[in-house]
Amino acid sequence: MMRRGWWRGLLRGVAVPVLVVAFWQGLASLGVVNSQILPSPIAVIERWWAYLAPLEAYRPAEGSWLAWVFSGELPADAVASLMRVFGGFAIGGGLALPLGLLMGANRRVFSLFNPLVQILRPIPPIAFIPLSILWFGLGNPPAIFLISIGAFFPMLMNTITGVQTVDGIYIRAARNLGVRPWTMFTRIMLPAAMPYILTGARIGMGTAFIVVIVSEMIAVNSGLGFRILEAREYFWSDKIIAGMFSIGILGLGIDVAMNSLSRILLKWHRGLES
Amino acid sequence: MASRPGKLTVMTDTGSGLIMTKGRQISLYPADAQAQISIRGLGKVFPRGLVEALKDIDLDIPAGQFVSLLGPSGCGKSTLLNAIAGFEVPTSGQLLVDGRAVSGPGPDRGMVFQEYALFPWMSVAKNISFGLDVKGVPKAEAAARVEMLLAKLRLAEFRDRYPKDLSGGMRQRVAIARILALDSPIMLMDEPFGALDSLTRRTLQDELLRIWQEFGKTIVFVTHSIEESLYLSDRVVVMTYRPGTIKRDLMVDLAHPRDPSSSDFNRLKRELSQLVMEEQTRSEGLLPTGD
Ligand SMILES: Nc1ncnc2c1ncn2[C@@H]1O[C@H](COP(=O)(O)OP(=O)(O)OP(=O)(O)O)[C@@H](O)[C@H]1O
Ligand SMILES: [Mg+2]
Repeated sequence: MMRRGWWRGLLRGVAVPVLVVAFWQGLASLGVVNSQILPSPIAVIERWWAYLAPLEAYRPAEGSWLAWVFSGELPADAVASLMRVFGGFAIGGGLALPLGLLMGANRRVFSLFNPLVQILRPIPPIAFIPLSILWFGLGNPPAIFLISIGAFFPMLMNTITGVQTVDGIYIRAARNLGVRPWTMFTRIMLPAAMPYILTGARIGMGTAFIVVIVSEMIAVNSGLGFRILEAREYFWSDKIIAGMFSIGILGLGIDVAMNSLSRILLKWHRGLES
Repeated sequence: MASRPGKLTVMTDTGSGLIMTKGRQISLYPADAQAQISIRGLGKVFPRGLVEALKDIDLDIPAGQFVSLLGPSGCGKSTLLNAIAGFEVPTSGQLLVDGRAVSGPGPDRGMVFQEYALFPWMSVAKNISFGLDVKGVPKAEAAARVEMLLAKLRLAEFRDRYPKDLSGGMRQRVAIARILALDSPIMLMDEPFGALDSLTRRTLQDELLRIWQEFGKTIVFVTHSIEESLYLSDRVVVMTYRPGTIKRDLMVDLAHPRDPSSSDFNRLKRELSQLVMEEQTRSEGLLPTGD
């Protein structure tokens, strides 16, 4: 029973993608569209493999096997993009978390910072591109700056809401147990706000991933965003599509990772029973 | 049973050196030194809507007594309990616990809330040990105490569960254990079993009695169940509706375990029903204009 349901689910899940790819392959085989504009799926997969695979044969003398596996162009690009995402997220999220906790917990701090936050928040991170180039030139610094802005606001807003909406009953219960302000903050407010904070982290991570691709298209010479723009200059549409799929898979991977992190950290949370 | 002096209030009377606070009369009677909780002329007016939730409450509770506060919804039972707990600052009168004025919440007056108020991010064992942690009790000592309480409240096999995976009865056991862990002499309970089904409720009532006898706590128990107050307590304090005053202070001299079908029990039950119904009717009459 279980197995049959599982198979049916799998069948249903792959049906549409398979049909789309078949249709796409049909178009390419019949020569309906120019292969420069839309290459066949097979060509994309071949190109993707070439992009993924190490450039040279494995020579144990030159280093570890793992380093060799990741020596292809795609792994190097993916690692470069990921490093930027993590770096920018660490800076943006790392600043947003304490500020958000303070703003959520203290009305005075809130009214001090909120007007500025409300003005800056609606500006899409992309709109910071000219300024970031002016300030930081080209290379990693402007990219990291943009990514940290992308991660900052979702994290900030969610942290504020999380702290502001902590159920008063927990605070009363804690005061009844003799909890002092600092412990109240670290052991009651922070965990109680954690569902919101992790939602903020997840949205911030998603924004950071969008911004990394954009910023790689303008500021740096590595990473997935750079690679697909570079491929366009050579009219390598197969490589563009292969790069796009790589971006999609990486983004999905990040989201899945953030989700499982939430699941682990929030296993106490009511809304998450599986 | 502690001697209860009659209430002695000084009425507003110009020219006779009167004791007035914010226009409210206060009792001149000195606080009872023997009572663990001593309340004199306590009043509470909520600024919003100027609701006079408590008025002129005089109440002495000796150590080890099990007192129930009984009355219709909105009569001020929670307000009184919260004042003792230190969550609610009274607008007039005096409130002493162990001879000291209450200035805020503290672990000497453990509170069990109707909504359980367990910390959902802590396991059962962590919830119980948290108060000890905060107090700075040495790890080994705290662990031993938690073990003892887990066993006593039959929670041992649930020690690593989170509150969301517990039934209502289990949760309230954890909440009780959390207070027992602190060894607070006073336990304040606000309709702790109100949300439980009747069977679980009876089980927990029996367990509470066992705990009360074994640990020698002073318990102030808020309920609107007449039967519950009679089944559990040494003394039932019936409150009036708006303003909340003490309508009747009744001693229950029945031996435990009590039999709710006995004639003595039912005699008291009828007497209390009468009192509570009067206030219930009054509160219903007041409602349209009261708010
Ligand atoms: N924060 C507040 N502001 C204004 N009025 C309040 C506030 N808290 C309570 N009251 C009012 O004070 C009165 C007493 O409230 P309280 O919660 O003590 O009643 P209760 O006897 O515990 O009722 P219940 O059985 O429904 O819990 C009620 O009429 C209520 O409306
Ligand atoms: Mg109440």
